[in-house]
Amino acid sequence: MKYNWNWGIFWQPAADASGTWLHYLLVGIVWTLGTALAAWVIALALGSVIGVLRTTPRAWAVRLGNAYVELFRNIPLLVQMFLWFFVLPELVPKGLGDWIKQMPPPWSAYLPAVLCLGFYTSARVAEQVRAGIQSLPVGQRMAGTAMGLTLPQTYRHVLLPQAYRIVLPPLTSEFLNIIKNSAVALTIGLMELTARARSIQEFTFQVFEAFTAATILYLAINIVVVLGMRWVERRLAVPGLIAAGGAAQAGH
Amino acid sequence: MLAGFDWDVIQRSLPYLFKEGMTFTLTLTALAMTLGIVFGTLLAMMRLSSVSVYSALHGVAAVRRLAARPLLGPLLRAPLLANVAGAYVNLMRSVPLVLVIFWFYFLVPWIGGWLIGATQPIQVGAFMSSLVTFAMFEAAYYCEIMRAGIQSIPRGQVWAGYALGLNYWQTMGTVVLPQAFRNMMPVLLTQTIILFQDTSLVYVLGITDFLGAASKVAQRDGRLVEMYLFVAVVYFIISYFLSYLVKRLQARIAVPGKL
Amino acid sequence: MRKFALPLAAALALAVAQPAASQELAGTLKKIKDTGAITLGHRDSSIPFSYYDDKQQVVGYAIDICHRIVDAIKAELKIPKIDVKLNPVTSATRIPLMANGTIDLECGSTTNNLERQKQVAFTITHFVTANRYVAKKASNIKTLNDLKGKTVVSTAGTTNIKWATEENTKRNLGMSIVAAKDHAEAFLMVDTGRAAAFFMDDILLYGLVANAKNPADWAIGSEAYTVEPYGIMLRRDDPAFKKVVDNAVTQLYKSGQINAIYDKWFLKPVPPKGINLNLPMSREFKNVVAKPTDSGDPAAYQ
Repeated sequence: MKYNWNWGIFWQPAADASGTWLHYLLVGIVWTLGTALAAWVIALALGSVIGVLRTTPRAWAVRLGNAYVELFRNIPLLVQMFLWFFVLPELVPKGLGDWIKQMPPPWSAYLPAVLCLGFYTSARVAEQVRAGIQSLPVGQRMAGTAMGLTLPQTYRHVLLPQAYRIVLPPLTSEFLNIIKNSAVALTIGLMELTARARSIQEFTFQVFEAFTAATILYLAINIVVVLGMRWVERRLAVPGLIAAGGAAQAGH
Repeated sequence: MLAGFDWDVIQRSLPYLFKEGMTFTLTLTALAMTLGIVFGTLLAMMRLSSVSVYSALHGVAAVRRLAARPLLGPLLRAPLLANVAGAYVNLMRSVPLVLVIFWFYFLVPWIGGWLIGATQPIQVGAFMSSLVTFAMFEAAYYCEIMRAGIQSIPRGQVWAGYALGLNYWQTMGTVVLPQAFRNMMPVLLTQTIILFQDTSLVYVLGITDFLGAASKVAQRDGRLVEMYLFVAVVYFIISYFLSYLVKRLQARIAVPGKL
Repeated sequence: MRKFALPLAAALALAVAQPAASQELAGTLKKIKDTGAITLGHRDSSIPFSYYDDKQQVVGYAIDICHRIVDAIKAELKIPKIDVKLNPVTSATRIPLMANGTIDLECGSTTNNLERQKQVAFTITHFVTANRYVAKKASNIKTLNDLKGKTVVSTAGTTNIKWATEENTKRNLGMSIVAAKDHAEAFLMVDTGRAAAFFMDDILLYGLVANAKNPADWAIGSEAYTVEPYGIMLRRDDPAFKKVVDNAVTQLYKSGQINAIYDKWFLKPVPPKGINLNLPMSREFKNVVAKPTDSGDPAAYQ
């Protein structure tokens, strides 16, 4: 078949004269991980708060938490990305909107992408945290109250340390998801790894080579993250805490 | 805040959005779900099998001889089907869906041409390419769900099947899989709702699904806010309604006493 | 194995002897004859060449030319009907989709140049345009230097974005170049204030400005940077198909039918808003009509 193979394309200079095409692609990893990590910080922080809210005895807090999770789980990620990038600047007061739109690229794409991914993943993290807390024996909470701890103190010192250890595997899965979902940001112009592979394909027409390189790099990131999280799990494990099996995992 | 927007554009484009866009999205979801579950179940069965080159061909004397060698032996006895299926599932789960979409859109015609030995790449339209993409991608996720489902069936069921004289395929088909499906139905449907939302990613190829149709109208008329908010609301309503149905289904099929 | 030798040899001899007799169709012509269908790649906002009108139908100058080409193919293959399928493409996907067989003809606003001829082939040029930028009048951008340090946008996969990237490095302009998915999206970026200018072929810019909400707000740059001859794309290494397509377009030029098609899209009101672009045939294109060429070298169009 008539495809012109050219693996040497990676050593040729990139169109924007920033180095070779390989260097161009590797910078994409920096953007992918930068977006994923920043979004993960937001997701963990917000997700923990919402997850905790959904397990408190206050009905209004539970309803608020449920509404939050339902909102972010039922709208596709790409649609949310468009809402953050296109719609938000038009809905806020004109001065703020103009300032947002004047932001130079790449930050004009980076900030909406981080916020979008952060909020989207926080709903899923909230689910995991809630499942973790609810899998703890109800006696833990009661023991906290019996010892004179307030509700926040019970969460801080008794429930959450155990819950996080239990849901560490699903949280790893969510972290890997956020890295993969960062690719959706290419639609708003963020030049992360997939976007750069596409860009190489557009400039050099070497479809196979560009996408193979990107795939290998994603696999490498995956392996590194999985190994890293396994090390973290081992370090944080409390002997005898986690029974065989751990918390339930869903697909995706 | 919401004044000054032309909400009429939504009403004017409703026929186009739903007749062209939503039908594409729903058709793609339904077909990809079906194919994905079929292929995913096959993958799950492959992952759980211990078939190796040796076990399949041990009748051939040459294979038995090779299997006695130190290096080749473990290779021939390795569970081939399980490893191949496992590699496929792990690959699909490590790579972003957007990248898989690009792979399949540009490369399926080439691969198809190679497979049938044609002189030119075979022609695959946008819909077929998306269908193949989503079916193959979601199969990896359905595989993991079905694998959990099959593993949750007590082994006694399988032995009972063999005791009755059924072979492997009959046991799987009439005893194990029906129970596994019933148990995992809520999780399978939840995954389908995720698939429904993921089909919006065909936007990157310029394909006219629901989001793509709204996007075309939005860009042509400059009405980004109205159209994208409308799309978000529609997706929300449909997904929320579907997950509500799944919750009702889960409550109905729950066996009291079993987890 | 031995008892198969004679029949095998006979079969091989027969197989080899066959082709000499009839004129075999190969490549795209064979594909069209076998499937009875042809797939045209079209654009979504390349006004007036290939775009969606207000009823979401695909229309345009290049589309009309392609339909005439399909008629010529019908006559050449002597079949009563060809099923015309439409496949949307973008600047970034058109070449890979041509190479992988998804589309047979790309009817849009694709620049014919020597570099692209390494991947695909082009038929006779159907328009000659130039690369310019468009910006809001209010931003007062008169020359390329006024764009120093600003954000500019162009469509992914075009010669314009390639030129802009290279000029940016050559002249040290420090522009941030954003790639948009298609022309409408890029135009919208300048409209909403996210980019200062949009680099594109001037004919496409005329169409976009004419159909904008407030055409008076826009100003197209006066400097033209490169010459862009448009050609309908087809697959490389398919001389039989190229010959049929080239003949069809040449016939349109020689017979004068091209004038009616040109008038319909450039000198009369066109959808979606019924605006008249009012652009008589340029000197460069008149030369092409007089002496049809499919050259990818800009020098041939001076």
